[in-house]
Amino acid sequence: MSNSDFVRQLPGADSHFRRQSSLAVKLHIDLTLLVLLLLLILMGLFVLYSGSDQNLSDVKKQGVHFVASLVLLVLVAQIDPSVFRRWAPWVYAVGLLGLIAVMMVGIDAKGAQRWLLIPGLGLRVQPSEFMKLAVPMMVAWYLADRRLPPSLKHIAGTLLIIFPPAALIATQPDLGTSILITVSGLFVLLFAGLGIRWILGFICAVGALAPVMWFFVMHDYQKQRVITMLDPEQDPLGAGWNIIQSKTAIGSGGVQGKGWLQGTQSQLDFLPESHTDFIIAVVAEEFGFVGVLSMLVLYLLIIGRGLWIAFGGQDTFARLLAGAFTMTFFVYVFVNMGMVSGILPIVGVPLPLVSYGGTSVLTLMAAFGILMSIHTHKKLLSRY
Amino acid sequence: MASRELKNHYLEKHIFQTRMFLAAFAVLVLMGIIAGRYYYLQVNQHDVFSTLSDRNRMQLQPITPTRGLIYDRNGVLLADNQPNFALTIVKERTSDIEATIAKLSQWVDISEQDIESFNKRLQQRRRPYEPVTLVSRLQEAEIARFAVNRHQFKGVQVEAELIRQYPLGAEFAHILGYVGRINEAELKIVDPANYSGTQYYGKLGVEAQYEDLLHGTAGFQTVETDARGRILRVLERNPPIPGADLTLHVDVALQKVAVEALQGHKGAVVVIEPSTGGVLSLVSTPSFDPNPFVTGIDVKSYAELRNSPAIPLFDRALRGQYPPGSTIKPFIGLAGLDTETTTVDAEIYDPGFFRLKGNSHRYRDWKRQGHGWMNLKEAVAESCDVYFYDLGYRMGVDQMHRYMAQFGFGRVVAHDVRQAKSGLLPSREWKRAHYSLPWFPGDSINMSIGQGFMLVTPFQLATATAVIANRGRWVKPRLVKAIDNAELTAIEAPPDVIIKEDWHWDHIIESMEEVMHGAHGTARQSAKGASYRMAGKTGTAQVIAIKQGEEYDEEAIAEEHRDHGLFIGFAPVDNPQLALAVVVENGGSGSSAAAPVARAIFDAWLLRESEPVTADIEYISASQNIGSEP
Repeated sequence: MSNSDFVRQLPGADSHFRRQSSLAVKLHIDLTLLVLLLLLILMGLFVLYSGSDQNLSDVKKQGVHFVASLVLLVLVAQIDPSVFRRWAPWVYAVGLLGLIAVMMVGIDAKGAQRWLLIPGLGLRVQPSEFMKLAVPMMVAWYLADRRLPPSLKHIAGTLLIIFPPAALIATQPDLGTSILITVSGLFVLLFAGLGIRWILGFICAVGALAPVMWFFVMHDYQKQRVITMLDPEQDPLGAGWNIIQSKTAIGSGGVQGKGWLQGTQSQLDFLPESHTDFIIAVVAEEFGFVGVLSMLVLYLLIIGRGLWIAFGGQDTFARLLAGAFTMTFFVYVFVNMGMVSGILPIVGVPLPLVSYGGTSVLTLMAAFGILMSIHTHKKLLSRY
Repeated sequence: MASRELKNHYLEKHIFQTRMFLAAFAVLVLMGIIAGRYYYLQVNQHDVFSTLSDRNRMQLQPITPTRGLIYDRNGVLLADNQPNFALTIVKERTSDIEATIAKLSQWVDISEQDIESFNKRLQQRRRPYEPVTLVSRLQEAEIARFAVNRHQFKGVQVEAELIRQYPLGAEFAHILGYVGRINEAELKIVDPANYSGTQYYGKLGVEAQYEDLLHGTAGFQTVETDARGRILRVLERNPPIPGADLTLHVDVALQKVAVEALQGHKGAVVVIEPSTGGVLSLVSTPSFDPNPFVTGIDVKSYAELRNSPAIPLFDRALRGQYPPGSTIKPFIGLAGLDTETTTVDAEIYDPGFFRLKGNSHRYRDWKRQGHGWMNLKEAVAESCDVYFYDLGYRMGVDQMHRYMAQFGFGRVVAHDVRQAKSGLLPSREWKRAHYSLPWFPGDSINMSIGQGFMLVTPFQLATATAVIANRGRWVKPRLVKAIDNAELTAIEAPPDVIIKEDWHWDHIIESMEEVMHGAHGTARQSAKGASYRMAGKTGTAQVIAIKQGEEYDEEAIAEEHRDHGLFIGFAPVDNPQLALAVVVENGGSGSSAAAPVARAIFDAWLLRESEPVTADIEYISASQNIGSEP
């Protein structure tokens, strides 16, 4: 009793019809991505219960964060990508003003000035978190109208967009976030077709600048982190404690793991920050290499889906933005898992969607909302 | 190719998609590296990290040995260990210490000072997961209240421990000293393995002197802990060796008599058994209750003690340095006989003052009108100053120094007392070094009656008196009689005091007997009715100098400027069982203030019932406080 029996239709139009009828399509949701995200979130909550010393209230709070961020994701997904494009400069401007405000009237927490208190509402916001979305949006907006691959002038323009927020965040000081934001902006440039020579040149410049950074720019505590990564045994009870304990947790997990809630390293509090930055060590200890690999695969699928959405993006802005968001997400995963296992210095990068914390969850889910919006708001007539 | 101005959407999309493939490839490679890293740690290095993890889980715990007890010579307990419940926090298991303490204070009484010293202890070097004491003495009600709410407090525990208690409180504070929380400096000097579980350390007195013996040897146990760090089972146990019990020479009953005799005065008593050198009593008044010091005295009480003008924390017996006054005369007299500067028969006329030829300065006798003709025995008995001015002047400082040094003045001679002062025995060299001045004849004259530069401690006076009682035979004073009931063997002592004519000892001792029992003896009032014979010498040490031509008027002088009364003596004369020194600060003369104290002590010891007092010892509660000063 298919319609095609009676009605002449364009080929493929029926599929459009079917999609119209599904709730996911109505809500502009990419079901594949949503299911993958929900799987990761669920897995994360289980690990969080163990990592937070079986503190159910932490898990509940994080659950609330996820519910709120899912609502945000759905709301963001309703917005047409062209709207993001129109808004990009304003979003960027607001974020930049926020960072300047933080510099002048921000709230101190743990030795860094990152928060801004919105008077009247009693709400604390973190403009640097906001910038994780705003910077790639702004760069994508800037490059989308240019002739690509970008010329020298436009590369310079891109760097001018990235530099002010990166510098402001670095002075908070929050070098980790500053680098991540820079990287997210550079990904846009990369996807816009930055020449291979430029890329090689950039890598060489970083290599050449590293010693300069080491001797003239980096703080002692930052240098200490690098030294600790190279030789944690130097100060096993002090600076080296975290990395030694996390490696012990990971290594002692073996292939099968010690079982959920059975990880002695995490349950006996040998593992520091076991519910935030070091939560992957809990996965490794309790679920073994199998658990790490499953989580890695889940991340790869999410990243793959993100890249697929970027691949099929309808215009340059959408493609650049989707690609940059996805790759930034990957960098989070890579840096976090690298630092916890001792191949990267300890920088405060949480494991996305698994580590405890509300702000980064909101930002990430908003980004995934934008990805879904890009994927679901395709015009019938493509602009390529 | 499109023109420069136009965007080539096809090219852009193509570049983008190529870059996408590159990105996907990079993601795979880098994730592969991560996976490889975790594979390396979890599969290749699994055994290494498993061992490390087990080492974390299984703990080697020290078992603190029980501190040795301290008894008096009759077995009366002087230092005891009492069970105590303390509230401790394991920092590594507590997320927010400040909030935890704030919440705990709803159920348990926590003072500002508890928090302060807790924070100090947190800063100290310690093993990870070592519990740190927050509140030392929990009341039973507090333990109950905490137990009901303990689920709210991760890392907070009630721990039972034995803490030191001094049942006799202030009376023995200056002998025993006390233990207190071990501090950073002490942790550096002790064997870290043996002290790894130890919280207390001997700070003063016998507790400090015998710290290594009293402490014992720590034991160890390997325990397996559950997820909350509680001990599941003991895998291996190596029991500790408890500290040695000490028996002191001190006699509780005699100590009480001495304390009571000094009641209301600042002063010191040291009683030594001449045959052994054992210290039978060592009193410094006022004293303090050592019990609050064990777990940490509060700032206010400590300030009160420290700022008290009577300085109760100061051990006058070992550290108080006084001019010996006339108590030095028997020693000078003996030196005079042995150096043949004088003889037992030589007489001197005392007009009430002594004057050097060609000098108008009058060295006055304490008796204005003078003693008249005096021989040595009379001079000692009546404490005639002029006789000794003459003797000291003729003998000279070098001879006096030589003999005084043999009696232990100017240095610390003791087997096991801590922080005793050495006093001061002046000499030509000393004066030149300290004043850049030669020794004047007047200095010898002052020294001959124990004024001037010379300083002695009550402990030194008692020791030297014991040497006289022993007719020159030295015994090194000691506090501890037996360790774990094993009597101490002979202890090397300084060389005996050898004099040419042995009967000179008898003569000097007879002269000291005259002090007590003679018709003109300065302490004859204190010997009235005694059923035994004693030898002694009174002394009075000036606190302020009396100017030439001025009169010392006790009534007119403020109490803290009144003379110190001194007394040395021993009894019974023919078989000395006690040798002692008494100092009563600002008590006036030795005969009126110090000699009666000595008499009370002699009586208590020599006239005691044959059964030693052990049962009816009155225990002083920890709350009863400090000092004998009204």
